[in-house]
Amino acid sequence: MSDAKLLVGPFNRVEGDLEIRLELSGGRVARAEANSPLFRGFERILLGKRPEDALTITPRICGICSISQSMAAALALADLAGARMPPEAMRAAAILHGVENLCDHLTHFYLFFMPDFARAGYAGREWHGQMAERFTAAEGSGLRAAVEARARLFHIVGLLGGKWPHTLAIQPGGVTRAPTRRDRIRMQADLRQSRAFLERALFGAPLEAFAALETPAQYAGWETGDAGLFLRAAADLDLSALGRGPGRFLSWGAYPLPGGRAWAAGLWDGTARAADPGLVAEDLSHAWMLGATAHPMTGETLPDEEMRETAYSWCKAPRYGGQAVETGALARQAVAGHPLARALAAEPGVTARIGGRLLEIARLQILLEEQVAALRPEARFMDRVALPAEGEGQGLVEAARGALGHWIRVEKGRIAGYQIIAPTTWNFSPRDSDGTPGPVEAALVGAPVAEGEEVPLAVQHVVRSFDPCMNCTVH
Amino acid sequence: MNILWLQAAGCGGCTMSLLCAESPGVFDLFEGAGLDFLWHPTFSEATGAEVRRLLERVEDGRQPLDILCVEGAVLTGPRGTGRYQMLAGTGRPLLDWVRSLAPRAAHVVAVGTCATYGGVSSAGENLTEAMGLQYEGHHRGGILGEGFRDPSGLPVVNVAGCPTHPDWVTETLMLLAEGALGADALDPLGRPRFYADTLIHHGCPKNEFYEYKASAEHLSEIGCMMEHLGCIGTQAVGDCNIRGWNGGESCTRAGYPCIACTAPEFEEPGHGFAETPKFAGIPVGLPTDMPKAWFMALASLSKAATPARVAKNAVSDRIAVPPSLRKPRG
Repeated sequence: MSDAKLLVGPFNRVEGDLEIRLELSGGRVARAEANSPLFRGFERILLGKRPEDALTITPRICGICSISQSMAAALALADLAGARMPPEAMRAAAILHGVENLCDHLTHFYLFFMPDFARAGYAGREWHGQMAERFTAAEGSGLRAAVEARARLFHIVGLLGGKWPHTLAIQPGGVTRAPTRRDRIRMQADLRQSRAFLERALFGAPLEAFAALETPAQYAGWETGDAGLFLRAAADLDLSALGRGPGRFLSWGAYPLPGGRAWAAGLWDGTARAADPGLVAEDLSHAWMLGATAHPMTGETLPDEEMRETAYSWCKAPRYGGQAVETGALARQAVAGHPLARALAAEPGVTARIGGRLLEIARLQILLEEQVAALRPEARFMDRVALPAEGEGQGLVEAARGALGHWIRVEKGRIAGYQIIAPTTWNFSPRDSDGTPGPVEAALVGAPVAEGEEVPLAVQHVVRSFDPCMNCTVH
Repeated sequence: MNILWLQAAGCGGCTMSLLCAESPGVFDLFEGAGLDFLWHPTFSEATGAEVRRLLERVEDGRQPLDILCVEGAVLTGPRGTGRYQMLAGTGRPLLDWVRSLAPRAAHVVAVGTCATYGGVSSAGENLTEAMGLQYEGHHRGGILGEGFRDPSGLPVVNVAGCPTHPDWVTETLMLLAEGALGADALDPLGRPRFYADTLIHHGCPKNEFYEYKASAEHLSEIGCMMEHLGCIGTQAVGDCNIRGWNGGESCTRAGYPCIACTAPEFEEPGHGFAETPKFAGIPVGLPTDMPKAWFMALASLSKAATPARVAKNAVSDRIAVPPSLRKPRG
C-alpha cells in the first residue's frame, strides 16, 4: 500500500468518544494520533463546591467505572481529613469496587473486544464460525449470556450500594449500609452463580487452574472455554507481537483492606519498583489545554478554546518520572507479582493485555469470595469524619482499566483545586513536549493495514485491547 | 422499529445501566419487541467509515429513522460552536449532527438527565455550555427549541434519571414501538408518566420512620433522611422504591438520600447533597402536595408520639429493637 492517511472514527465499542488518525507506510501504521474529541470539564465543575460534593459529582464522570471514581473521591477526602474507614467498611467498599471491576472486565471481553473476531473480514479462518456463534455483536450466544451474568452479579452492588452506576454509599468514613448476615449469604449465592458462569463459559475449567498458570506458553496452550477460543485466534493472527506497549507498567494498588492493599502498588519494568505519586506530572504540549506541565496537586484545567493547530486532543499527557507508562489489569497483576503477568509484561502486546485481564477475572472472583466470607456483619461500618476547611488530599485506586487518582485542594471549606488522572488518560495520552507518543499511539505503530481496509482490524484489536474509557479521559 | 443511539456529553452510564435489564436481558428484550439498532456506540459492530456512511444515509433520507436516542448533554461551547464535542471522524460538532438528524426521526428520546435537562454535565459554571435537547435546566428551549415536535406531535421524550433505570428506557421504547405513548403519557417536563406519576417516597422502607419523623442524624443510621440528611424522596418523581434497582434495591434502601436525579437542576441543590436546608430548625422543602401548616402540626404531633423502638432504631445502623409480637388471643 502506498503512503496514505486514514481516519478512524467514530471508534465504537469503547466507552466514549475516540478518533484515531493514522499515517500508513508500506502497508503498516507508521504514526498514530489518539484524539479525544470531547471536553467535559469536571475539574472545573468541582471548583468552589463543598469537598463532599465530589462524592456525588465525580462518580458521574464515568458510567462504567463509577465506583472507582467514588472510591478515589472518598479516599481523597479521608486523606484530607486524616481519617481511615473502619476495617469492615474497607472490606464492604472493596466488595462494591471489586464487583464493578469484575463486571467491567466481562463487558470488555464479551461486548467490546471479542466481536471483532466475528467480523466478515475473518470469514474462512478455522475459528470464525465458532466466533460468530459466540460473539457476533449484540447477537452472539456467549455475549448475551455474559450480559445477563453481569446484570446478576451487579445485584451485589444493589445490595450494598443501592444501584449501579452512581452510588453514594461509599463515604470517607465508611459505607452507608451495614450489611446483615442475610446480605452476606445472599452475596455468596450471587458469587457462586458468577463462578459457575466463568467456569462454564469463559474458562471451561476451574478458576484456580487458570490463576495457577505461570508461563506464556502455558497460557497460549489454554484450550477450553471462550478464553481458549480467543487464544486459538490470537495464535493464528500472531496477536502477541501486535500492539506492543512501552513495557513500563504502573499500578496504584488495588483494594485497600484492613491488612493493606490486596494487590500492591508499584511500577514494573522488568524490575519491581515503588510507585511515587510525587513523580506524576501532566504535560499539555499536545492537548488543547493552557498552562504549564504540573503535578496534579497544583495543576489546572484551562481549555484552549481556539483548539490550536499544534495540539490534537482534549486529553492531557500524564507522565511518570517523565515517561509514558501503561496501566490496566496486566500492569496491576505484574506489579502485584503474579508470575504469568510478569512474564507477559515482557511481551506486552494484545495477547498479553487480554491475558492480564483474564487472569484478573479469575483472581478477582476468588478474592471477592474470600472477602465476602470474611465480612463480619456485627462490626461498625461507618465512622464520623469531619473535613477540615483547609488542606489537601489524594485518593489513589485501581479502576478496571488501571491507575486512577484524585487530588483535592481545599481552601476556606471549598474546593480550590481538583485534578483527576484516569487510566485512559495514561494509556491514550497524546504526545508530550519531547514528542514521545502515548502508549496506544506507540503500540499502533507497525500494525498491518491491508489494501482497501477502511477500519483496519489490527488497529481495532490494538485499541480495544487497552479497554479505553474516553469518558474518564476527558473528564 | 429502528433506533439510532448517539452519545453526547455524558458518562455513558445510562447505557451501562440499560445493559443491567433483566427478565428478559436487554438484547432478548429488544429482539422480542422488534426494536432493531441501526447503530449503538457501545455494542454495535460497525465502526469508523461504516458508521459515517450510515449517518449520511440517515441525514439525506435514504435510511428512514424511527427513533433517535440521545444520551448525554449537548455541548454548545465554546461560544456557541459546539466544538467541545466533535463527532469523531466526521469533523462536525455533535450539536450539528443532533440538530440535523432529529427532524428525520419519527420520535426523539432524550436518555438520562444530561440529555433531558443538562444534568451534571451542565453543573457549576457550565464552561462547556451544556444543555438538554429541549430544556436548559427548568427552562424550555435546549438545542432543539421549545417548539420542536416529532411528526406524530410529540415533544422530545425525556427519560430523566441519573442514571436511567433500564426499564424506564426499554418500556419507553416498547411503548413508542406500539404507538402507545401519546402526549398525555408525558408529564409537564416531558417524562413518561408510567414512572413519573409516583414519588421515590412510595415504597421507601423508611416509611415508618417518616411517619414519626424519627430521623437519622448521620449517614449509616437507618432512620428517615428527610429531616437532616438531604433526602427529597417525598418530592422526587420516580418508582425506584416500587420497581427496585439491580435486584430490587434503591438509594434509600442503601442508606443514602434521594437527590431527585430525575429532576431538572438536581445537580445544583444549593446545599450539600446529604444535608437538609432548614429555616428556624424546620426543613425548608415540604413533601409534595402537603399544606405547610398541616405538615408542621402533624410532624410535631407524630414526633411526640414516636414509639421507643422507632426512635432507637432511627439512630442505629441496623435494627436494634425488633417490633413487639402481638399477644395471642384469649
